[in-house]
Amino acid sequence: MTELALNILDISNNSLRAGATEVIIEICADTKADTLSIKITDNGKGMSLEFLKTVTDPFATTRKTRRVGMGLPLIKMEAEMAGGSFDITSEVGKGTSVTTVFGLTHVDRPPLGDVAETIAVLIGAPEETEYVLVYSVDGEEYRFDTKEIKEVLDGVDIRSTEIIVFLTQMIRENINKINGGKIL
Amino acid sequence: MKSLEELQAIRDRVKAQINNREAMDGSDIRVIVGMATCGIAAGARPVLTTFMEEVEAKKLSNVKVGQTGCIGLCKFEPIVEVLVPGQEKVTYVNVDPNKAREIVQSHILNGKPVVEYMYK
Repeated sequence: MTELALNILDISNNSLRAGATEVIIEICADTKADTLSIKITDNGKGMSLEFLKTVTDPFATTRKTRRVGMGLPLIKMEAEMAGGSFDITSEVGKGTSVTTVFGLTHVDRPPLGDVAETIAVLIGAPEETEYVLVYSVDGEEYRFDTKEIKEVLDGVDIRSTEIIVFLTQMIRENINKINGGKIL
Repeated sequence: MKSLEELQAIRDRVKAQINNREAMDGSDIRVIVGMATCGIAAGARPVLTTFMEEVEAKKLSNVKVGQTGCIGLCKFEPIVEVLVPGQEKVTYVNVDPNKAREIVQSHILNGKPVVEYMYK
């Protein structure tokens, strides 16, 4: 993947296929600790411990389930190449949480990329899923929540093209405001 | 800065459009972009958002932009299917944002599929 926002899109698609009704995406940069962490948490059906052990091995994937494939091994490899780490926890019936940490200034860290576009594509997916995005740099935070947007929309479909295009611009503007517009 | 007040105005506009169009369902043109790992890695996300932006900019209220998973031809990703009611489905391969704009202009607006981008 050329940008981490694409990995976020890809991993979140796992959550959709696991029947999640809410996906929380937390992107947090800490310049002192020199880390960029990305955490994706869902309330989908979760995985057994047995299955969890195999999810980062692309060749252990059972095609019958089609729940995972190359997505998790890819982001794990990218994190480890950038001086970071990968962790996944899951509980059957409760959900799954994927945490990746990258060296913020590590030369092999892919750029974060267009997070707003990733959220737009997720909102446009056919599933009725709520998304929370938390974007923070050294404690300065922007929070986006589709539940709040839906309150304003008063029954109008959030997937209307006009609304998605507007929300993309809104998220992008807010993210760019954080950290003095410095791109992660 | 985009605000929630602005969103309210858009909501009211979309609501009005929906009321006007209620009788026309089934006549929608559908654009479907493959968004599995293979598609995303090949650049499907900007293709999908380009289609959405074009549809919005050109006010094509009869065009619905949707997503699907892996279409099964991973090396031809990004793959886009265009379905015009009453016509055979057209599958475009190796699409990028520029090709997407051309497909909107030629195929969706002028009714002429872009043969050179089609799957052969």
